[in-house]
Amino acid sequence: MTENSVTDNSWGGPAGRVSPRLAKNALRNWRERLIEGLLFCMAAVSVLTTLGIVYVLVKESIIFFQHVRIVDFLTDTRWTPLFDDAHYGILVLISGTLVSSAVALAVAIPVGTIIAIYLSEFATARVREVAKPILEVLGGIPTIVFGYFALMVVTPLLQRVLPELPGFSLLSAGLVMGVMIVPYVSSLSEDAMRAVPMSLREGAYAMGSTRLQVALKVVVPAATSGLAASYILGISRAVGETMIVAVAAGMQPNLTFNPMEPAATITSFIVQVALGDLPHGSIGYLTIFAAGLTLLLITLTLNVIGLWMRKKYREHY
Amino acid sequence: MVQQDKTADIHAVIRRGKRWDYLFAAIGLICLAFGLLTVLVLVGKMGLEGLDRLSLDFFTSYPSRRAANAGILSAWVGSVLVMLVTAFAAVPLGVGAGVYLEEYAKKNWVTDIIEINITNLAAVPSIVYGLLALGIFVYQFGFGGSILSAGLTLALLILPIVIVATREAIRAIPGAMREGSMALGATKWQTVRYHILPYSMPGILTGIIIGLARAIGETAPIITIGALTFIAFLPPLPLVEGAGLFDWVMSPFTVMPIQMFNWTSRPEEAFQINAGAAGFVLVVMTLGMNALAIWLRYRLRKNIKW
Repeated sequence: MTENSVTDNSWGGPAGRVSPRLAKNALRNWRERLIEGLLFCMAAVSVLTTLGIVYVLVKESIIFFQHVRIVDFLTDTRWTPLFDDAHYGILVLISGTLVSSAVALAVAIPVGTIIAIYLSEFATARVREVAKPILEVLGGIPTIVFGYFALMVVTPLLQRVLPELPGFSLLSAGLVMGVMIVPYVSSLSEDAMRAVPMSLREGAYAMGSTRLQVALKVVVPAATSGLAASYILGISRAVGETMIVAVAAGMQPNLTFNPMEPAATITSFIVQVALGDLPHGSIGYLTIFAAGLTLLLITLTLNVIGLWMRKKYREHY
Repeated sequence: MVQQDKTADIHAVIRRGKRWDYLFAAIGLICLAFGLLTVLVLVGKMGLEGLDRLSLDFFTSYPSRRAANAGILSAWVGSVLVMLVTAFAAVPLGVGAGVYLEEYAKKNWVTDIIEINITNLAAVPSIVYGLLALGIFVYQFGFGGSILSAGLTLALLILPIVIVATREAIRAIPGAMREGSMALGATKWQTVRYHILPYSMPGILTGIIIGLARAIGETAPIITIGALTFIAFLPPLPLVEGAGLFDWVMSPFTVMPIQMFNWTSRPEEAFQINAGAAGFVLVVMTLGMNALAIWLRYRLRKNIKW
C-alpha cells in the first residue's frame, strides 16, 4: 500500500490525515453540539430571570433592613415611609392587599366555578366553542382598562346603592378584580373537571343521576384538588394585581379591614413610589424592594401550594 | 293502583331532578352572560365616552395640558417600538427554549429545574418584573428608563407564554415526522429546522401574538422602570439628522397604557374622556391581536391532518 492509496480511502486513514467525508461529519457533529449548547443557553435565560429577581430583591432588601428592624417591619401598624416621622409597618399594606383580594375572590370563585361546571357538564359543544374564546378575551383585557372601568362605571354604580361609599374604595377595585380573575379560575377548574374519567360519570348516570347530581356529587369531588389549585392561583393573581387597585382603591396607606374604605396595597404602593422621583439608593427607593420581596414571598408560597395540588390530582388518574 | 302511584312518584322525582338541572343551567348561562356583558359594557362605555375624541387628530397629536388638544401620538409610537424590542428578544429566546426542552433536553435534574422555574415565572406578578428591571436594566446595565429597558422587561414577562406555546405546538407533531427525517440522514438540527419548526409555526405564532397582546397592555412594570408620563416628542428616526441606526432604543418614551393611566388619574373630566378614548384604542388593539390568534389557531387546526 502506498501513501496515496491511504488518503484515497474514504473510510479514514492514520492519525492526522482525515478523509474529507469524515471531516464533514466531524464538522457536522461540532455544529450540532454548538446549536444544542446555544438552545440550552436560551432555555437557561428563564432560570437567570428568577435568579435576577431574587438577587435584586434580596440585595436591596438587605440594605433596607440595615435601616429598619425586621420586627418593626412586621409589627408596626403605621406605614409612612416618605414622611419625616417614618414608620415601616408592612401590615398596613398587607391589610389592603388582603381585603381587596378577599372581595375579588368572593366574586371570582363562585362565578368561575359555576361557569366551569356549566361548560364542562351542561353546555353543548357549540356553546363551549363560543364561550371559551369570549372568556379568553375577558382575560386578555389590559388591567389598566379594568381600573378605568372600576373608577368610572362600578364606583358610581355602587354609590347609588351605598351612598356613603367614597370615590376610591377597596370594594369597587376588588369587585372588578374578581371579574378579571373569573377566566383564570374557570379555565383551570374546567380543565380539572374534564380530567375526571368519563367512566365515573357514566356510572352515576347509569344509577339514574341527573346532570346536576353527577356534576356536584361525582365530578366536583373527584376534581377537588384541581379546583383548589385553580382557586389558589386565583388568589395569587389577586394579590399581585396592580393597576386596578392603583387606579380605583386610592393610594393612601390605611390599616383597615373594611372594604368600604380606600387603602393602599403592596402593589399600589410600589406604583406610587415609582411615579415619584426618588433618588437611587435612598431609603424610599429601598422600601419598594422590601415590599416587592414580601409580595414575591406571598405569591411564591401560593404558587407552590397550587402546583403541588395540581400534581396531586394529575397523579390520581 | 299501587303500581301507578309508584310510577307517579318516580315521574315526580325525575321532574324535580330536571327542574334543578334547568335551574343550574340557567344560573350557568347567567354567569357566562355576566362575563360577556362586562366586556360589552366596558368597551361600550369607553367607546361612547371617547367617541368625540376619536378623530385623526387624536392619533397625530402629542399629549397636552389642554385636554381637547391632547393626543396619543407619542404613546402609540412608543407602544409599537417597545413591542418591536420585545418581539426581537422574546421570539428567539422563547422558541429556542421551547425547542430545547422538547427536542434536546435529557430527563435530568437540570431540565426539571428549568421546567419548574418556567411554571413559577408564569405566576410571578408583573410588578416584580418591574423591580427586576429597575435593579438590573435601569441601574446595573445603565439603560435608564428607555425603550430598550421596557422592551426587555416585557420580553422576560412573556417568555413563559411563548415557551409553553412552542412546546405545545411541537408536542403535537407525530414522532413519525422526526423518524422519517432522520432516516433520510438528516441531523437533529436539520430535522428541527426543516420539519419541526415549519410544522409547529402556526401554534408558535399564536403563542407569540397572545404574548405580545399581553405585553402591550402591561402598565405596572413600565411605571416601575420610571417611564415618563409626559412625552411630547418622538424617539429619533434612524439615520436622520445624525442619529445612529439604533439611537431610538435608548430614547425616553411613553406607551398607551401609561398614557391612559396618566389621564385616568387626573381629576378633570375632560382628561377622563381622553382616557376613555385611549382605552378604547388599547382594547381594540389587544382584542384585535387576541382575535387574530384565536382565528389563526382555529383555521390552522382545521387544515393540518397528520
